[in-house]
Formats: sequence, structure tokens, C-alpha cells
Amino acid sequence: MHLAYPAVLSALLFCTGLYGVLARRNAILVLMSVELMLNAVNLNLVAFDVWLSKAAEETLHSGQALTLFTIAIAAAEIGIGLAIVLAVHRNRGTADIDRLRDTAEGHESQSSDGADHSDGSDGSDSDAHTAAQAGRAGKAEATA
Amino acid sequence: MSSASTVLTSAAGETHGFLSPTGVEIAFLLVGLVTFGAALVTVTTKQLVHAALWLVVALGGLAVEYLLLTAEFIAWVQVLIYVGSVVVLLLFGLMLTRAPIGRSPDADSGNRWAALLVAVAAAAALVWVVVDAFRTTWIDLDGPAAGSTEATGASLFQNWVLPFEALSVLLLAALVGAIVLSRKTKAEMSSPPVNSRTATKSSRPVTESSQSVPGARTNPAEQEGAS
Repeated sequence: MHLAYPAVLSALLFCTGLYGVLARRNAILVLMSVELMLNAVNLNLVAFDVWLSKAAEETLHSGQALTLFTIAIAAAEIGIGLAIVLAVHRNRGTADIDRLRDTAEGHESQSSDGADHSDGSDGSDSDAHTAAQAGRAGKAEATA
Repeated sequence: MSSASTVLTSAAGETHGFLSPTGVEIAFLLVGLVTFGAALVTVTTKQLVHAALWLVVALGGLAVEYLLLTAEFIAWVQVLIYVGSVVVLLLFGLMLTRAPIGRSPDADSGNRWAALLVAVAAAAALVWVVVDAFRTTWIDLDGPAAGSTEATGASLFQNWVLPFEALSVLLLAALVGAIVLSRKTKAEMSSPPVNSRTATKSSRPVTESSQSVPGARTNPAEQEGAS
């Protein structure tokens, strides 16, 4: 088999995942695109390992071993990533990464904040901004 | 294997040709088209659950590609872990974040045209470089399979034992991390039942779903009314 077939397929899959990571808004869809990119890398590793294992007499099968490691790490990554997304969704009421702009947790206005966002999930961004600012101000008062 | 010396280089050009592809190449091309199309639908569809289901097609197609490349062990691991568990986890995540059923108009960000530009440019550059670099390179798929379970297991436990064990530690850390992440939010919700302290990773989505079900029952009607 020509080596260009799996190499081109893996390049195209990687760029598809790249587009998904850049263009999607839902955090879980971004995780799906990351999985596509990891799979493209896996296909490259397997193809080059099959090529090189016939080229050399003695080989470590490093491509396939690294593919197994990548699959295991991707499984761990998807577990941790989904746990983070669910925690963020419970705190903020949204999994929309365009709305997750502040790095601090709003402890005080957490419950009402989440209720507001989940009620008006199609609402404007200004509501989210004012609520986040209110939470930040309340937190500053609490620490002062 | 008289052609062992003609495997790699362009000296094998007389036995291979672009215009007379082998059966394996045709099969690889067709499955690759299906895989790439499914990946494209995955990143462009506006229905979130359909994206996860098209991801199954893409990952299954990749498993078939591994089989065509004689990496059978990787193929079955791919089916078991990706198609079996990762997609199920993603579907659980979509369900627990109250993903709307049906078309959601805001699935794509506002900068999708910039993303499309970046992706197309990267694809063009990568394909050009890869095709130019490996124009005269051929994989020899005859002979014993390079990725049989015996070969993979032998190399994994002869040469890769230390990374293998380190990987098990990493998986343990990920397991503990997922439990800690979900327990912290439960403590903040101030209603942790004592039994959930011993929740394992597999039972975590179940407990979370039981907590988020009341909100999910009240909200979709309002969301549908709003949209």
C-alpha cells in the first residue's frame, strides 16, 4: 500500500478536528473534535510503524505501543474533561465556552446565577456579564 | 520474500503503480472516504447527539483502517475503548448538560469562517508536504502481520514495561481526579448522601443524573418556548 493514503487521511482528519476545536461552542463538541485529532495521530503512528517494522530487522514496535498509550491517555482525558465540563455546567448553568470568560468561581451568587443562566440559556450575553460582575463584586466584599 | 530488498525505495516502482491500485488500497480509500465524511459531519452538524453518533462512524472506520494496515490489536482496542466507552461518555455528557434535542442554532461559534480558513490552510499544507515527502514510499503488507496481538504484546512487555506501569499510575490519578471533581461540587451543593462517598468512576454519571434530573425536567419546556 502506498504510504500516502494513510498519511493524507490522517492529515485531513487532523484538520477536521482542528476546525471543530476552533469553530464549536459547546464544550462537549470541542472534546469530540479533540478525539478526532488524537485519532488522526494514532493512524499516523500505526501506518509508520507498519512501514518501519518491515524495513528494519529489529524494531521496538514503538508506533503501536505509543498508539496504545495515546488511546489510554485519551480515555483519561475524556473522563477528566467531562467531569470538568459537568462541574462548570453545574456552577454556571452553561457548557458554552464563549460565555465562560472569567477564571474565578462565583461562590456567593452561585445558585441564583446558575438558575438565571439555565432559565435563559438563549438569552443575551449582557445578563451573563452583569451577573458575573455582581458575583465578582460580592466576592470582593466578602474578602475585604 | 524475494522482494524484501525492494520494499521501501523507489526501486519497487515497477511493481507498484498509481494507476493500478491493489485491492487493499481501494478498500482503504473507500473506508477512508466514509471516515472523513463522517468526521466532517461530526464537526459541522447542528444536532449535538447526531454529532456523537457520527463520531461512532468515524472511529469505527478508523478501526477498519487499522485492520487493513494489519494492526489488529490496535483495531480491537479502538473498538473497545473509543466506540465502546468514549462515545458513551460523550453521550452521557451531552445528556447531563441538557443538550437540546433537535437543531441548535448556536452550535457553531461566530468565528467559524476564520476556523475554516485555518483548517483548510493547514490541510493544504500538510497534504502537500506529506504527499511530496512520501511519494515513493510503499508499505509491504505481506508476510506476518506487524500488529498482531503476539507481536504487540511481546514488544509491549519487553521494551515498554516502564511506560506501561507509569500509564497505570496515570489512569489511577485520572480516576481519583474525576471522583474529586465530582465530589467537590456535591459538597458545594450541600446535599451529599453518605453512600456516594464510595462512588466509583463508573457510577458517577448515574449519581449526577439523579441530581440534575429535577432541573432538567422543568427547563426544556421553557427552552423550547424561548426558541
